[in-house]
Amino acid sequence: MAQHDTQMTGAEILLKALVDQGVEVIFGYPGGVVLPIYDELFKQNRLRHILVRHEQAAVHAAEGYARSTGRVGCVLVTSGPGATNTITGLTDALMDSVPLVCITGQVPTNLIGNDAFQEADIVGITRPCTKHNYLVKKADDLARTVHEAFHVAKSGRPGPVVVDLPKDVITGRGEYQPPSRMKTKYKPQVKGDLKAIEKAVEMIAAAKKPIFYVGGGVVNSGVAACQLLTQLVRMTGYPCTQTLMGLGAFPASDPLSVGMLGMHGTYEANLAMHGSDLIINVGARFDDRITGRLKDFAPTAKKIHIDIDPSSINKNVMVDHAVVGDAAHILEDMIKVWKAKQCRPHEKALKEWWATIEGWRGRNCLHYENSNKIIKPQYAIQRLYELTKYKNPYITTEVGQHQMWTAQHFKFEQPCHWMTSGGLGTMGYGLPSAMGVQVAHPGALVIDIAGESSIQMNIQEMATLCQHRLPVKVFILNNQYMGMVRQWQELIHGGRYSESHMEHHPDFVKLADAFGAVGLRATKPSEVDDVIKEMISVDRPVIVDVRTDASENCFPMIMPGMAHNEMVLGPEENVKVEPGSDEGGMVLV
Amino acid sequence: MSNEQDIERHTIAVLVANEAGVLARVIGLFSGRGYNIESLTVAETDTKENLSRITIVTSGTKMIVEQIKNQLRRLVPIYKVADLTTDGPHVSRELALVKVAGSGEKRVESLRIADIFRANVIDSTNESFVFEVVGATEKVDAFIKLMEPLGLVDVSRTGVAAIARGANAL
Repeated sequence: MAQHDTQMTGAEILLKALVDQGVEVIFGYPGGVVLPIYDELFKQNRLRHILVRHEQAAVHAAEGYARSTGRVGCVLVTSGPGATNTITGLTDALMDSVPLVCITGQVPTNLIGNDAFQEADIVGITRPCTKHNYLVKKADDLARTVHEAFHVAKSGRPGPVVVDLPKDVITGRGEYQPPSRMKTKYKPQVKGDLKAIEKAVEMIAAAKKPIFYVGGGVVNSGVAACQLLTQLVRMTGYPCTQTLMGLGAFPASDPLSVGMLGMHGTYEANLAMHGSDLIINVGARFDDRITGRLKDFAPTAKKIHIDIDPSSINKNVMVDHAVVGDAAHILEDMIKVWKAKQCRPHEKALKEWWATIEGWRGRNCLHYENSNKIIKPQYAIQRLYELTKYKNPYITTEVGQHQMWTAQHFKFEQPCHWMTSGGLGTMGYGLPSAMGVQVAHPGALVIDIAGESSIQMNIQEMATLCQHRLPVKVFILNNQYMGMVRQWQELIHGGRYSESHMEHHPDFVKLADAFGAVGLRATKPSEVDDVIKEMISVDRPVIVDVRTDASENCFPMIMPGMAHNEMVLGPEENVKVEPGSDEGGMVLV
Repeated sequence: MSNEQDIERHTIAVLVANEAGVLARVIGLFSGRGYNIESLTVAETDTKENLSRITIVTSGTKMIVEQIKNQLRRLVPIYKVADLTTDGPHVSRELALVKVAGSGEKRVESLRIADIFRANVIDSTNESFVFEVVGATEKVDAFIKLMEPLGLVDVSRTGVAAIARGANAL
């Protein structure tokens, strides 16, 4: 009898394991084989379930939750279509290193491989788009597996983990194991090698034209890592540029910040990279959107790469010195070594370097021609920033021009307030992600800056927002085009706008109304401030339809296959793309 | 100094948890990222610890081979990755079963060559032999090539098993 008392059903074990892992919210959607889990959810009140309208949105919501809190996001879906709908979200989380645990239902073990109803080989399908995945074969293994899944999701370079649960494991009985009894061999290196750190500090102190290049790894490492980074950058007085994922890791308002780098980065950031003699990469991955043409990337710079994932080192760019480990640990040690060795930056050289950078900054590369007749998208974002910054809002975006304009014109002072799909570039990410952020921060102002095309990819989640009273604001820059596609067609494909114009859009104000949200519209520059103020004042989900200039392009821009010093600053420059660049078909879009 | 763009062949030993799907993870990594597999062998080698050992022969530039090792190390059920080619001297062997069908002088000649290669006859009929030959890949290649004009009909190879020389374990 005693033994029998400790036995629980798989569904009970799962929920207990989630609670013991500190989970408070699950984003999910029920279905056939997971019904026993939903039955257990019904009987308890420690776990809050957010019922989405599409499983992809559940994953993005969990991503928003995870990225705005630093915790592991949790998803629960059924087998077959429920599970396959999560693929885009899982891939997105993998590319952007977001810690998630996604529980998927599976047909009973005796039916696996039989093409049963709602069967999909989800372990097979998700193998390349998760950090790791598990198929649990008996209830006794369930608790241990869930604990390990959370450990894997958040340790080292974070990522999504799938736990596939056959129905007979959910209904079967087994023993619960607390997290303390989990044994795992997965122990990524977090402390950096001290010798390597000392060498890095020596290189940093000796540099004459240095630049810090920081990425999402610092944000992932945590708020402490961002503070340490800020401290180190300020100690050195060196310029600091951030990747799309790294925005907020270093305060945008700090004069040492030269803004974002890369394809739509600032002139000063890209030229500083190109002209530097030392690049200190902290938690970034020399992504192709950053480097431009590889063979001309930062030709005169030595490169230091600090990363928790050894496979990121020497993947795209050969570096001169690498330190493997967690950013917070390494930055802390670097500061200690810098102080202990009483390092001083090369004052005269640094002064000259800054003078050069200020010259570049003086070009004012984010300048655009404003208008009093038509709303410029940059203007709308600038106004949104100015009118909301006192509320320290959380910003998510979809993918496209609006995303780049936001990255350029919205200033992020803190980490974890900026959620965007960087690596995968997932249209439809912003709305569900904002939903997850709002769940984690009920009183906060959460804004999804969207395009009218992207928003329609997960527009169904407006219903979820209304059901769960999540007052997310959707700020649509409506230019009637897939703007970034249109821009590329204008600049690269001879102005042939093949399928980038959607001739029919819903009336977003009426659509908001239909969902039970509030719809607002601005068609003239003079109306922008008013709709933003009204949007903030409403304690309900809001869609703001901002009708913007349809022909505006996002500049500055490094054209595909070009190098940092070949930036195009604006439409006044005669943009010419050489299709016959010597890297030919090797150049990514 | 070797050129960064030179293609090098490396023999990599990988210790993995002997669990379902682990081989699929390794193969998926190679196919998904476009790496070459010239040979791959796998079998359980430690029943107590439930470990399998995978030996992969791959080729690529220095940078790619480094990537392959680092990408392998990222996989959760992979415990150890060693590059036998760079870590020191190692020995590698392959076994092949080679079927030769024919009669007369060719049949006799195949036996003579088998003798030179120290290959064993492990099956014999009036019109065929199955030889078992063990050795480095080049030796097995050479044996098979010599059998071609003598009535070679079928070959089965194990792929490469490799181990470091000396007292140290992986």
